[in-house]
Amino acid sequence: MSAAAPASTTSTSRSEWLQPHRIVLIGIGAALVFSAAVFMRWDWLPNYYDLALLGIWRTIWILAVTVVLGFMLAVPLGLAQAAGPFWLAWPAKAFCTVIRGTPLLLQLWLLYYGLGSLFPQFPWIRQSELWPILRQAWPYAVVALTLSYAAYEGEVMRGAFAGVPRGQLEAARAFGMSPWKRFRRIWLPQAIHRALPTLAGETVLQLKATPLVATITVIDIYAVASRVRQDTFIVYEPLLLLALIYLIITGILVFAFRKLEAKIPARLG
Amino acid sequence: MLAISPPGWGGNLLRGLANSVQIALGAFGLGLAIGVAGAWGKLYGSPIVRDLMEIYTTVVRAVPELVLILLLYYAGTDLINRALDSFGYAPIDISGLVAGIGVLGIVQGAYATEVIRGAILAIPQGQIEAARAYGMPPGKMLRRITLPAMLPFAIPGLANLWLIATKDTALLAVVGFNELTQETRQAGATTKAYFTFFVAAGVLYLLLTLFSNVIIGRIERWARRGMPPIAESGR
Repeated sequence: MSAAAPASTTSTSRSEWLQPHRIVLIGIGAALVFSAAVFMRWDWLPNYYDLALLGIWRTIWILAVTVVLGFMLAVPLGLAQAAGPFWLAWPAKAFCTVIRGTPLLLQLWLLYYGLGSLFPQFPWIRQSELWPILRQAWPYAVVALTLSYAAYEGEVMRGAFAGVPRGQLEAARAFGMSPWKRFRRIWLPQAIHRALPTLAGETVLQLKATPLVATITVIDIYAVASRVRQDTFIVYEPLLLLALIYLIITGILVFAFRKLEAKIPARLG
Repeated sequence: MLAISPPGWGGNLLRGLANSVQIALGAFGLGLAIGVAGAWGKLYGSPIVRDLMEIYTTVVRAVPELVLILLLYYAGTDLINRALDSFGYAPIDISGLVAGIGVLGIVQGAYATEVIRGAILAIPQGQIEAARAYGMPPGKMLRRITLPAMLPFAIPGLANLWLIATKDTALLAVVGFNELTQETRQAGATTKAYFTFFVAAGVLYLLLTLFSNVIIGRIERWARRGMPPIAESGR
């Protein structure tokens, strides 16, 4: 239902898109950007250039890792809820409900402060090889974001698995495919195809969740902007630039997913 | 430690929860108002209004809530005080509650605009044509036909927004507002029992969500009365 309007704007030609009022709006926008560039303070930029690049890289890295891991976790979660026996479906459903019912910030702080304060009490953890990793903040960030993505996407995958028509699976069985082959060749590809449009939205939501990791001392691009604010007492410029960076990353994500969707034939059956 | 009276921190947590719910209610209401106006503007407004609404919804939905909260929290209070100053009034101290409701309301408004726009588009065209044929003026048509008819389509999306609103209040902890998550962290920092308090807060949030789900189910049944039942409600 919401696809009607964007489709009409993208299908119209460029001359129709560039109506007189749009030219005026673009002019006003350009004037705003120009005045922001001239009248606001940007002299701090060169000092933080390297740090900002590192922050952007880390944001994208966390996004990519948690989306991939989260999706791998979401497939069994969805499958368990859609077709599993009750002793698998019930825990999966409980997991999704708990994660989706509490704020991500709380989960992050529970893992970082809560588990982080419990771990040192056990000598065998402190003496283990993993201790240098567990003392850092990023593993907690990755785990929290992965679990969150898995829960939201697991709910989507449940619907997607349940939405694959029965006839397709029965046909695969009639061909004598083994259960694993049936899953790999028929069930999973069609479910992913069904979930793809929501996948783009979930990934943008995940990008918007990444700045939360700055609250547990992981230096992502948001943390860099906060550092600039604290060091230089400049309030608006770093935040505006930060918003622009997120806008650009979101734009790239949406564009990439649209390309991916266009590559896959659209007929569902 | 979770006792209600002062040696325990249960009272603080419950006060935080009350603050959270208050902000969520305010933000959801403000978002709903912005959403109805925004959807109306997007569907029936002039080309300029339509483009401006498009920019608003796109930007708000693409930028993380945390960044928007910081930006609107600092810039919003600063701009209001500067405006008051230029008109010769003394600067006012905007409470965290009002600022939080305003900021989250603007964020919610962008999502609500899209939900309500989609719901209005999902109304069978014949109903609106029939209302026009009866000669209803636009205001009456909105009140009698469009809003009631779009409600069943909008409720799954709006329910989702309400749940997001309750969870987004946690983000206000970052600007130091005393809602549930911030209270929890303070309790944890004082007693060093982080795990206990964060689990307790998680249970409170979860109860809020589950309670909301029951209420939402009731409202949905009421809004869909007389319509064919659906096998599975949307997310």
